[in-house]
Amino acid sequence: MLPALSVNGLSASYQKNKVLDDVNFDVNPGTLTSIVGPNGAGKSTLLKVMLDLHPKLSGSVSYFDSTYYKVKSRVGYVPQRGSVDWDFPTNALDVVMMGLYGQIGWLRWPKRIHREKAMNALDKMGMADYAGRQISQLSGGQQQRVFLARALVQDADLYFLDEPLAGVDAATERAIMDTLKTLKSNGRTVMVVHHDLQTVEDYFDHVLLLNRTVVANGSTNEIFTKENIFRTYGGSLRWMGEKSG
Amino acid sequence: MSYTGWILLTASLVGLSCGFIGVLLILRRMAMMADAISHTVLIGIVVAFLVTRELGGVHMLIGAIAAGLLTAVLVQWFHSRGVQQEASIGVVFTTLFAVGVVLIATEVGNVHLDVKHTLMGEITFIPWEKIELPWVGAIPEAVFILFLVLLVVLVTILAFYKEWKITSFDPALAASLGIPVLLMHYVFMSLVSVTTVAAFDAVGAIMVVAMLITPAAAAYLWTDRLSIMLLLSGSFGVLSAIMGYYIAAWLDTSISGSMAFSTGIVFMISFLCSPKHGILAKSIRPSMSA
Repeated sequence: MLPALSVNGLSASYQKNKVLDDVNFDVNPGTLTSIVGPNGAGKSTLLKVMLDLHPKLSGSVSYFDSTYYKVKSRVGYVPQRGSVDWDFPTNALDVVMMGLYGQIGWLRWPKRIHREKAMNALDKMGMADYAGRQISQLSGGQQQRVFLARALVQDADLYFLDEPLAGVDAATERAIMDTLKTLKSNGRTVMVVHHDLQTVEDYFDHVLLLNRTVVANGSTNEIFTKENIFRTYGGSLRWMGEKSG
Repeated sequence: MSYTGWILLTASLVGLSCGFIGVLLILRRMAMMADAISHTVLIGIVVAFLVTRELGGVHMLIGAIAAGLLTAVLVQWFHSRGVQQEASIGVVFTTLFAVGVVLIATEVGNVHLDVKHTLMGEITFIPWEKIELPWVGAIPEAVFILFLVLLVVLVTILAFYKEWKITSFDPALAASLGIPVLLMHYVFMSLVSVTTVAAFDAVGAIMVVAMLITPAAAAYLWTDRLSIMLLLSGSFGVLSAIMGYYIAAWLDTSISGSMAFSTGIVFMISFLCSPKHGILAKSIRPSMSA
């Protein structure tokens, strides 16, 4: 089977510190993978480098046996919720429609069909009633659902999500995980930066343990062992264990 | 058209262009860049004058675009090499502005171009510096240029409306959708530059910052929709310009100063009275502010 994503010898630095060093891994299509590692392990940077939003020092990334620029429309990205200004003058429906801007193309305005697609995606995330709501008037969980709806309208084959479960309520966490599992069962490939070690086994069938370089990568059953987790977190694991929830 | 008519038209065109551009400046959190570019276009104007030996409108626009882009590129360059964004802006614009001042004082000598004029503008002379156009007849050159710039600003904003929206709100998503974020940044910096230089004659480098930032900041307080914010900001720009002219006539004082002051008044009224974010609305309905 051809991998959906293949990363070879990838290195990158962030403000003169090398945060990724010789990262190698493959991801098979139709998998739901969590990227797990301590703070500063380079998880978000890895996503940004793979999406060419952050420069790499060396290495290569291939998507569906092709280059990123040839398959860009098949790759969806959900940035961290905190990366945008939620006071921006726009509403939930409009944010979801932004996911379609690439498909709509230059010099064209969104049409009714795009609005319907966006409404449909909001509805799937249980947010149809909030379509006209200014985005700063939404709770953190609702904002994250809007981001997920925006990813859904992109109709991508491979999704990267950066901490989609950070700071959301239990209902939103369930809604998001249901959505990701549905994507997976439809043959889509999903990679999620995740911080809660306790839910990894329940939520993800694959795991990529990362600390500047890949510590282990594979199916959760085989890879997500105490020993590997300890190798990934080193001394900081005790601190993680003290965290509640 | 009467003398007052031309002045009011000039001021309104400045208010409209600056109002539209200002919305994007604020939403892209680049108010400081407006301040920077309003100063560095000076060097563009001076160099354009040194090369062509005339203070023609088109040369000035080209010089201004070059200077604005140079500013944007230098700021980006220093920032990407570890200088803080704000420090980078401060260093680049003061240095380029200083070069402009030095050049004026030595080379350009006694020509019409002087520091006070570029900083404060002189709208009172505008109606007399006319050019002859086919079909339209004799109109002030500043009005013609401002009209062209407004047209360019309007067409660029409307044609790429959704791209401006997404690159302002979520540049990472925009880039991942294949929208050239950096190119749009430089196009926008060019728009800021031409708007600034076109507004120069009317209000000068310092006041143009007020026209760029304040009406947009006021509009932001009234609405949650980008399209309405653009309309309001343009309207506030025109309102301030006209109000400023009459305040200046009434008090017999600086027109550009009065216009900038008027933008401040519009902002204060918005700050107190806007239904969503205003101080009064919040004190009447404290539950809404939560």
